[in-house]
Amino acid sequence: MTEAATLLEIKNVAKRFGSVKALRSAELRVRAGEIHALMGANGAGKSTLVKIITGVFPCDAGSIVLAGVARNFRSPAEARRAGIVSVYQDPALVPDLTLSQNMRLARVPLESVTGYLAEMGIGKVDLSAYVRDLPQPILRLIDLARALASEPKVLLLDEITAALPSDMAGKVFEMMRRWRERGHAVIFISHRMAEVSAICDRTTVLRDGATVGVTETASGSQEQIVSLMLGTDIAKAAQSVAQPGVGQSIPKDEPPTLEVRGMGLRNLLHDLSFSLRPGEVLGVAALEGQGQDELFDCLAGVRRFDSGTILVEGKEVHFRHPGDAIKAGLVFVPANRLQALLQQRAIRENVALPMFRSPRSWGPLSMARERERVQSAVTRLQIDTRAEAELRRLSGGNQQKVVLARWISHGFKTLLCFDPTRGIDVGTKRQIYSLIRELAAAGSSILLFTSELPEIRLACDRAIVMFAGRIVNEMPAREADEATLLLSAHGLVPRVAAEA
Amino acid sequence: MVRNDPSEKGATGFLPSGGARVASMRWAGRYLPVIGMPLLLAVALLFTTWIHPSFGAFDIQSLALGALPLAFAAAAQTCVVISGGIDLSVGSLIAVANVLAASTMQHADFRQALLLAAGILIAGAISGAINGAIVVLSRIPDVVVTLTTGFIWGGVALLIMEKPGGGAPQQFLDLAAGTTLAPWLPNAVILLIAAVAVVWIPLKLGRAGLLVYAVGSDRVAAFRSGVGVETTRILAYTLSGLFSAMGGLALTMTTAIGAPLAGVYYTLSGLAALVIGGVSLTGGRGGISGPVLAAFVLTLIPTDLIFLNIDPNYGQVIQGTLIVLVVMLGGFVTVLRNRK
Repeated sequence: MTEAATLLEIKNVAKRFGSVKALRSAELRVRAGEIHALMGANGAGKSTLVKIITGVFPCDAGSIVLAGVARNFRSPAEARRAGIVSVYQDPALVPDLTLSQNMRLARVPLESVTGYLAEMGIGKVDLSAYVRDLPQPILRLIDLARALASEPKVLLLDEITAALPSDMAGKVFEMMRRWRERGHAVIFISHRMAEVSAICDRTTVLRDGATVGVTETASGSQEQIVSLMLGTDIAKAAQSVAQPGVGQSIPKDEPPTLEVRGMGLRNLLHDLSFSLRPGEVLGVAALEGQGQDELFDCLAGVRRFDSGTILVEGKEVHFRHPGDAIKAGLVFVPANRLQALLQQRAIRENVALPMFRSPRSWGPLSMARERERVQSAVTRLQIDTRAEAELRRLSGGNQQKVVLARWISHGFKTLLCFDPTRGIDVGTKRQIYSLIRELAAAGSSILLFTSELPEIRLACDRAIVMFAGRIVNEMPAREADEATLLLSAHGLVPRVAAEA
Repeated sequence: MVRNDPSEKGATGFLPSGGARVASMRWAGRYLPVIGMPLLLAVALLFTTWIHPSFGAFDIQSLALGALPLAFAAAAQTCVVISGGIDLSVGSLIAVANVLAASTMQHADFRQALLLAAGILIAGAISGAINGAIVVLSRIPDVVVTLTTGFIWGGVALLIMEKPGGGAPQQFLDLAAGTTLAPWLPNAVILLIAAVAVVWIPLKLGRAGLLVYAVGSDRVAAFRSGVGVETTRILAYTLSGLFSAMGGLALTMTTAIGAPLAGVYYTLSGLAALVIGGVSLTGGRGGISGPVLAAFVLTLIPTDLIFLNIDPNYGQVIQGTLIVLVVMLGGFVTVLRNRK
């Protein structure tokens, strides 16, 4: 590799948000005339790096060199003038303006946008239509055409194919190849390994905010990329949260506590079917945005789905409100504690809240009974009660324990845990997982999504892997090592029919 | 307050389908804000002539005089709300411009009065810009900033003129109070159309208007499209200050005196006119003609109540009901539009 061929060079870039180090030392060298993939697991720092390159926010350390000149962009507009343009996962088009107004907003010539749209085969789009009236996939292509119309030297595509139908994704790849032929550079960010190996020339892999390797994307490089994404120091951290009773096989003759049949939601969920038996912890593994959020929302009654059924202990249920789900025994522990707790109120009130769900309980409360139930839950979970009066003064881990205490004192059949240990220290993490195992041992069912793949094997009995809104793999926990999960989560295994 | 990336993915939206009902709903959704207000005003005027057949040139004149300051207040608020903000200092700024004009113009001739008016307009624009700069730079919520600057301007108005008084040369008053062209066409209406057109049309035709709408509609998308979000918001507040100053001058012309407490009423009434006029409080949607026309409708309500021999204090009840109905209608159309 000669230096002269390098168009964009990112050296040692670091960025922290508060106490979180999003990037430690990111390196990226992109040549003119190549399609360069940027890969990494959830939270590896890909999006942060893209935003630094395009001037959304500045970096704390390191440098950006474009065509031999050190640059430091202060806004997307400045990066655009220098020839760096990004297309984001959610289109950067203003909803209340028409398409042609949006083009004027970004100061790109309308004719060349329509030219590129025609090249992609959607030249018939009405430019006087309001953006809010157009379907999302079309908007992505329009966003791409707009980016191309400013003739960028470096084009960044952040998860552009994530929810595109395959024919439209094909059009995007076609445009990427044309851009490469013109001698420009394309940086492609995608979770879809198959796409990356099909069209990218080289791949840079990020892990925990640092560049861990660059590979030529040839056949057989997939395993190499996955092993780079995995790293080696995971096993150590993992052991610290391992739980007894994991990986037990559940007798098949017991009726499932929860069964989902053919659940579908727009183009986000497709024909999801799985079941959960009493005493079982079922892990859900997926990269960001593969439909897991929607699945949990549907199960918790937060959102309605289009097709399919939910069965609780063999009986079909319909949820119009989260209250219905709670009544049916499905309770939700979200990743974001703010969604579950009243931050300004006391622990006691937060734990007791669901007991006052129905208007019937609006009468005088049996304080003695309430206090007793809350106290036993608090003691059981070893919640730090020094800051009892105001919940927001508790640490994240203790707050999450309050959520669990609430459901334990209220009673439930199935616990829906969505990334319950996000941003929680290892000690509390272990407590939460041992509690989950205890609950399972007592006969409850638990559906557990975690963004940290090693935890699947440490806390679950069985695992399903979601990719692009479908269940693509299912396995007992003992087989769910990180490499297998990561490969499946990138859509790299033949789809397994997951009918129960 | 720059929002973080919306983690929630937008609705996939609906593909335009061929149903006639859907098409008519989309048509209604797009044009209702444009035709709705003139229609409502026409209906209100017809109703008025029906209950009070002698409704004539004089009544039109007093309607225009009553509505003029409110129309400017609505226009001021509109600029800011479309950009995704809110300005609760409009009324106080109107009061300051009003007392400033009444106290300085009392012994001035017409030429001097016009120069003073120009100065007051510039001062209004500057104080609007200050509002905007504080909101953008301090990142304190706009409601808090403009509420407090509103308090400050309210105090300033009282310092300038403790109790109602002052005046202005008759020629200056006649800019709004007279009827030069035709008895049916009050000068106030001409002045209003001219003033709003001079500010709004260049804005709407040029890039600046696009920026204001873009920032109000989706700040993140606008930022990523390369829009200077901060300068655009300051621009919106500057325009608000300018229109507020116009409102203050209009109040001087229509009442011939300065009153330090008269302006306060216009903050909330301006917001009411804006909502009835079809401007979305979440920003990005609506125009200026709707709120301006709504100001006339709102002014007509108490007049009609007097004609009907009803306690004019019911006006507030009717005004509130009208707002709820209009907002519900807007929401109803949106729901129908989004049905597949």
